[in-house]
Amino acid sequence: MIAVESVSKRFGDFTALDDITFEAPDGKLTALLGPSGSGKSTLLRVIAGLEVPDSGNVVVSGTDATRLPPQKRGIGFVFQHYAAFKHMTLRDNVAFGLKIRKKPKAETKAKVDELLHLVGLDGFQDRYPNQLSGGQRQRMALARALAVEPSVLLLDEPFGALDANVRADLRAWLRRLHEQVPVTTVLVTHDQEEAMELADRIVLLKNGRIAQAGAPRDLYEHPADAFVMGFLGRVSKVGDELVRPHDVALSDRPEDGWEEAMVQRVVHLGFEVRVEVVRSDGEEISAQLTRAEAEALEPEAGSIVWLRPPAGKVSA
Amino acid sequence: MSVDRKARISLRVVALGYLAVLLLVPVALVFYRTFENGIVSFIDSITTPAAIHALFLTLEVAAITVPLNAIFGVLAAMALVRGRFPGKRLLDALIDLPFAISPVVVGLALLLVFGRTGWFGPWLTEHGIQIIFSVPGIVIATLFVSMPFVVREVQPVLQEVGDEQEQAAATLGAGPWQTFWRVTLPAIRWGLAYGVVLSTARAIGEFGAVSVVSGKIAGETETLTLLVEKRFQNFDLAGAYAASALLALIALTTLFAMSLIGSRRSES
Repeated sequence: MIAVESVSKRFGDFTALDDITFEAPDGKLTALLGPSGSGKSTLLRVIAGLEVPDSGNVVVSGTDATRLPPQKRGIGFVFQHYAAFKHMTLRDNVAFGLKIRKKPKAETKAKVDELLHLVGLDGFQDRYPNQLSGGQRQRMALARALAVEPSVLLLDEPFGALDANVRADLRAWLRRLHEQVPVTTVLVTHDQEEAMELADRIVLLKNGRIAQAGAPRDLYEHPADAFVMGFLGRVSKVGDELVRPHDVALSDRPEDGWEEAMVQRVVHLGFEVRVEVVRSDGEEISAQLTRAEAEALEPEAGSIVWLRPPAGKVSA
Repeated sequence: MSVDRKARISLRVVALGYLAVLLLVPVALVFYRTFENGIVSFIDSITTPAAIHALFLTLEVAAITVPLNAIFGVLAAMALVRGRFPGKRLLDALIDLPFAISPVVVGLALLLVFGRTGWFGPWLTEHGIQIIFSVPGIVIATLFVSMPFVVREVQPVLQEVGDEQEQAAATLGAGPWQTFWRVTLPAIRWGLAYGVVLSTARAIGEFGAVSVVSGKIAGETETLTLLVEKRFQNFDLAGAYAASALLALIALTTLFAMSLIGSRRSES
């Protein structure tokens, strides 16, 4: 388990982390989510020992690690830009930590082969990093980090430098890997979808503070404030309240308590259809329908519909 | 033939002609003059005791200065790229000083510091240490003029490589020393090799600063370049050409090493 206790860190006038406290439970994947500049990467680097906090403590597996150098923390770290050792073959990259620990050669070789198999890079042993794609390099980096059997695995925007397709594949792959090798993991990401898909727990950061922490579904269903709600999904503003666009119901005939509105725009997004309407008081509202719902309603620009806004989750 | 093509070809002719007149012809003439009277006279004039001593002194000075330059250069480049300390920009600018100052001025400056009447002069004399007009002076002068090469070759490579690989090594358990040998040094190896070659070439070819501080004592503090000048002054032209050819041969070897390293470097 990783426990971060009242950690603060400033860079000159900039407060990167302001009194952060959270725990990453054993065997689970915790996501540090937030916009750029929210302090999430700094927080991960503090956990790794690559940055020293101004105050507060970091406890890794029950040991106060705040003053320990990175080498002594029993961590595995994966960088956004892979940080592959360019002058070494894949085999030597993955074996690096084992060679530092002076493991016997046979054991090292067996371990490296096993890990390369685990990350799906069999047969690439003798290649150099510049002969691999970005996704392959990142899988190599993960194998390298796992080779030393770290008690915690820290991933700093591991898919941030990859194409959208590769990113989605690797995300699914990482989830399966984590099920096979359930090492305590902290993942930094600015992508809420990635966090929702991968994490058992999300810690959402804003301006160096925790905006909300909890299970992904809790954050989505019960956001603490407008920022959390807006960051975790699309929002539609109805009066002074924020709602999810898919909670806005539309009908082609008047019903009790529903409000009349005119369709302005219909956008087909594959499975979903976004319908932008304007109420008689001039307020614009965005609703999200499934394709089946849209086919039943047949909305088009200029047509009149009735809408029922749900109870708002948070005030704007 | 289009105008464009004509212009391109005439530009090439001008550029190649310029190189030929300034570089190729003079160097070729040195070799021509050297071997004009046969290889035997060449060998005779580079195997006189003074010439052999000059050759070995030159190589000895290079053998002392180049490793020092390499070590200092890598340390300075790491400090300049990775370090955060006051006066960093000033240090960065000072590295180029040896390029900016004429070597003769460097020699005179060293006289002012280490000479008999210089700052440390009395103290040095008292302790029986002689720097000026002896080998240590030549070494210091050569160090000064050949210092920037390694720093300036390694610095941009370090900058480009970044510190993520080093951080990755640290998270994998490597201490600072292991990280340097296993990660940093291999990453900068071609830049370092290039800097070392340039620094060697400069150390071997240095004349101005060495000329001031060495005292030009034949068989003692006379380097190859000083020997060339002395023979030339004494109207021993054949001897001067022979010594020059020897210097040029060393330089050509360095050039060859440089182009080898250059191609390896652009590959990686």
